[in-house]
Amino acid sequence: MGELSAYGQLLRAQARAQASYRASFGIDLFVSMLALGFDVLSVIVLYQVTPDLGGFNLREAMVITGITAAAFATADAGIGSVERLRVLVRTGQLDALLLRPLPALPQLVLTELSLRKLSRVLFGVVVLAVAVAAAPIQWTPARAALIVLAPTAGAVFFGAVFVATASVSFWWVESGEVGNAFTYGGRDLAIYPVTAYQGWFRRIFCYGLGFATVAYYPALALLDRPDPLGAPAWLGWVSPLVAAVAVGVAALVWRAGIRHYRSTGS
Amino acid sequence: MTEPVIDARGLRRDFTVRTRIGRFRRGVRVVNAVAGVDLTVERGELIGYIGPNGAGKSTTMKMLTGVLTPSGGQLTVCGLRPVPQRVKLAAQIGVVFGQRSSLWWDLPLRDSFALQRHLYRTPSAEHDTRLRRCRDLLDLDGFLDTPVRQLSLGQRMRGELTAALLHGPAVLFLDEPTIGLDVVSKRAVRGFLADLAAAGDTTIVLTTHDLADIERLCRRLVVIDHGRVVHDGDIAALHARYGARRQVVVDLAAPLADPPTVAGATLATVGEDGLRLVFRLETPSAGALITALAQRAEIRDVSVVEPDIDDVVARMYEADRPPAQ
Repeated sequence: MGELSAYGQLLRAQARAQASYRASFGIDLFVSMLALGFDVLSVIVLYQVTPDLGGFNLREAMVITGITAAAFATADAGIGSVERLRVLVRTGQLDALLLRPLPALPQLVLTELSLRKLSRVLFGVVVLAVAVAAAPIQWTPARAALIVLAPTAGAVFFGAVFVATASVSFWWVESGEVGNAFTYGGRDLAIYPVTAYQGWFRRIFCYGLGFATVAYYPALALLDRPDPLGAPAWLGWVSPLVAAVAVGVAALVWRAGIRHYRSTGS
Repeated sequence: MTEPVIDARGLRRDFTVRTRIGRFRRGVRVVNAVAGVDLTVERGELIGYIGPNGAGKSTTMKMLTGVLTPSGGQLTVCGLRPVPQRVKLAAQIGVVFGQRSSLWWDLPLRDSFALQRHLYRTPSAEHDTRLRRCRDLLDLDGFLDTPVRQLSLGQRMRGELTAALLHGPAVLFLDEPTIGLDVVSKRAVRGFLADLAAAGDTTIVLTTHDLADIERLCRRLVVIDHGRVVHDGDIAALHARYGARRQVVVDLAAPLADPPTVAGATLATVGEDGLRLVFRLETPSAGALITALAQRAEIRDVSVVEPDIDDVVARMYEADRPPAQ
């Protein structure tokens, strides 16, 4: 409990620190609102060109998009600030976190937390709600549970991707935006039906890295559609499992990274 | 407690450094930043850990505090293994790295201290007592409500020291705590550390380039060079080993054609106008030299210059270094 209150204090400190730059906080919030929804918009725009993408119409595809948008926004707001790790590693500022009697990862996430990203969570949830309301879904208790479970597991999955890709900077200090290829890239991949991709690309990213289980298969289960690719129906329910595996992998990578941390001169 | 607070045996840390050779090729070189350090520090000791830039001081400090994983050797601090038990250890140590801040950049010092209390879960009464003491001794009251980013270096460093002590650490690690400070702040920090050491509860490990820090604070000096301990003992032992000499500076009323030769003193330099003579003393007493001089010339002024630790350390580094090819 004491640890939780310590994190609470860290969070409050971060909020006060950000509020101390009033103008830039306001601008940030504004820009963040503008940037909202371009990913979702891109899906809608695409359907203006073609009524069918990989065997899905817009209403069906929006369920996939909604789950991904809500999951990603939650992960980004919650743990996305971990991508600041590369700055802390390069400057050696991670030392300060390692010297406090708390695990480094929660500290990092809380002290770099960007409060403006919270508005995106709201947006993601709204997109999902609208998509689900507009889609032809026959409601059962199981499907009602899935509509909560899928974005939650997806958020955990994306969170693990954030941590694992951020940890790359422990080994490769000039990793730059490489992590974004998997985090934002993963989101942009998972907002479309998997059937839109082909060949090795689909095998590696959708199945190898597990992005297909985030929104595509849960959406099939919600829409009561068989997979055009022939996968069994239970795949719609494995996303928590996949998320758990991802968290395990991310934890291992993070731990190895901390051991590998070199700090900087004096 | 009979077991030492810090116990390092054969502590090593290697870094692989990639260097560019030619346009595309890159070479990999392994640097032994710390190459087998043995160090035992008992409770309540204050040791000065000194050495030239790049000797491995900060790297050692970071291993002792659990920031860096050692490449080899054994290490316990407060009976804990620093990296695997880092969180536990962090609660028992205080750290000030002169070049890094542990304070919250955008918050007033007062808020940083309050946060510190929550992070370390220090009982309020203890926290308040320690904070009051630091406020008095380090004169913090004038800037407690200023955001850290607006503090001067000296003010910030006094804040850092306070923050490192508020949870009552068993060991205090200070990496160049006086670097860049003005004379007044330096004196405040130094006096504070001297008091803290005298109280005897806190073990202090201090790295510094400031020789006044060393002379004022450290009874025990551990000198490191090229990642190895080259001296471990008090300042007197250091002088004895590396032959530091006291100097006698004599100002004369008129130039002296041939200065007397006295056993145990050698003439080092003569001033341009011939009025200032500097002798190097091999013996403890300057008496014989002064007497001999006074018989030959009118002395205006005499001063005895204590050996400069700077000089000793420089000499030691040279002695330790392999001769240039």
